[in-house]
Amino acid sequence: MELLFSLLGNFLQVGLFSFGGGYATIPLIQEYIVEGQGWLTYQELTDILTISQMTPGPIAVNTSTFVGTRIAGFPGAVFATVGCVLPGVLMSVALYYFFRKYNGIQGVSDVLAGLRATSVGLIAAAAGSILLIALTGSSELGQGSGIGAATAGVFAGMLFMLRKWKWSPMLVMAVSGGLGALLFGVLGL
Amino acid sequence: MGKRVSLAWLFGINLFISAFTFGGGYVVVPMIRKYYVEKKGLFDERELMDLAACAQSSPGAVAVNLAAVTGYRVAGRKGMLIGCVGAVIPPLVILTVISFFYAAFSENQIVRAVLRGMEAGVCALVVDVVIDMGRAVFQEKNRLLDILLPAAFVLVFFLQVNVVLVIAGSAAASFAAGWLARRKRNGTAV
Repeated sequence: MELLFSLLGNFLQVGLFSFGGGYATIPLIQEYIVEGQGWLTYQELTDILTISQMTPGPIAVNTSTFVGTRIAGFPGAVFATVGCVLPGVLMSVALYYFFRKYNGIQGVSDVLAGLRATSVGLIAAAAGSILLIALTGSSELGQGSGIGAATAGVFAGMLFMLRKWKWSPMLVMAVSGGLGALLFGVLGL
Repeated sequence: MGKRVSLAWLFGINLFISAFTFGGGYVVVPMIRKYYVEKKGLFDERELMDLAACAQSSPGAVAVNLAAVTGYRVAGRKGMLIGCVGAVIPPLVILTVISFFYAAFSENQIVRAVLRGMEAGVCALVVDVVIDMGRAVFQEKNRLLDILLPAAFVLVFFLQVNVVLVIAGSAAASFAAGWLARRKRNGTAV
């Protein structure tokens, strides 16, 4: 039981301080889980990041599941996951409640309008990062191994279908996955 | 609260969205837009941006935060809980299973090829939603917002500035700009 609460407590801290989502979680996992508790080695952390690339689901939830299962079985996974999602969930709902309740006050709606614009900018930055990784294989500008023509083609084709024919996200995922199997698997590009 | 949905629908749609969001939290935004905004008309695109702003201004996984806050928006506190649980179950189950077969899974050539293709598809999805949302922000014809959007992009993407600073800075700037504008208006009225 003590172990479960220790998992909960450590992942609460990871969840509380990882602003920005996704990769912003990594330094906190290093600090609390790898170095602080020794629950995970660096090699295992790298493996988790690779798994997170290939599977759905946030890095934070994937890590908490992996670590929790190993430390204390399935209950461990649940406690660790609850810990890492709780702070963000409560805070986003509290923010939304606050903004809606006080939206009549000019200062509050000014702030919300600003955050709305900033949020779109942040999504654009995330789009830039994942596009960079997909096209060049590296998350740093100018560090990758040139632009993959096949990947660029799939990206441009899917974007065209989305803009022109309003394809659904599921159709885009299915078709781009199929194209990937054909281009990279069968043809070996 | 506008239109209501059943909790079963909410649970199912969150399970479904979470199970197919390869590539991180931001892919949830186009999915939410498709099912909550376009299919069900539960709220409009502008409100989706408000909800996304709240989810992003909070710590933790953006995808789970967004599931919670959209759940809260359409079905109150129960919706928040159900949205979260629905969003968390797929990664919880998938990762537990995959950790057993990790080696075989990651070395399979076809699996790798499919995932590389999907990576490109995910990029297209996110760029598509950025185009629509960006257009909506610029249509508000507010000079401050026209600056904040590209500024956030440049600061985070090119200069790797901490996201917390960008969010706090933009909140402070919009509050200050609004306050100054009101003071100026009141001043001229007197």
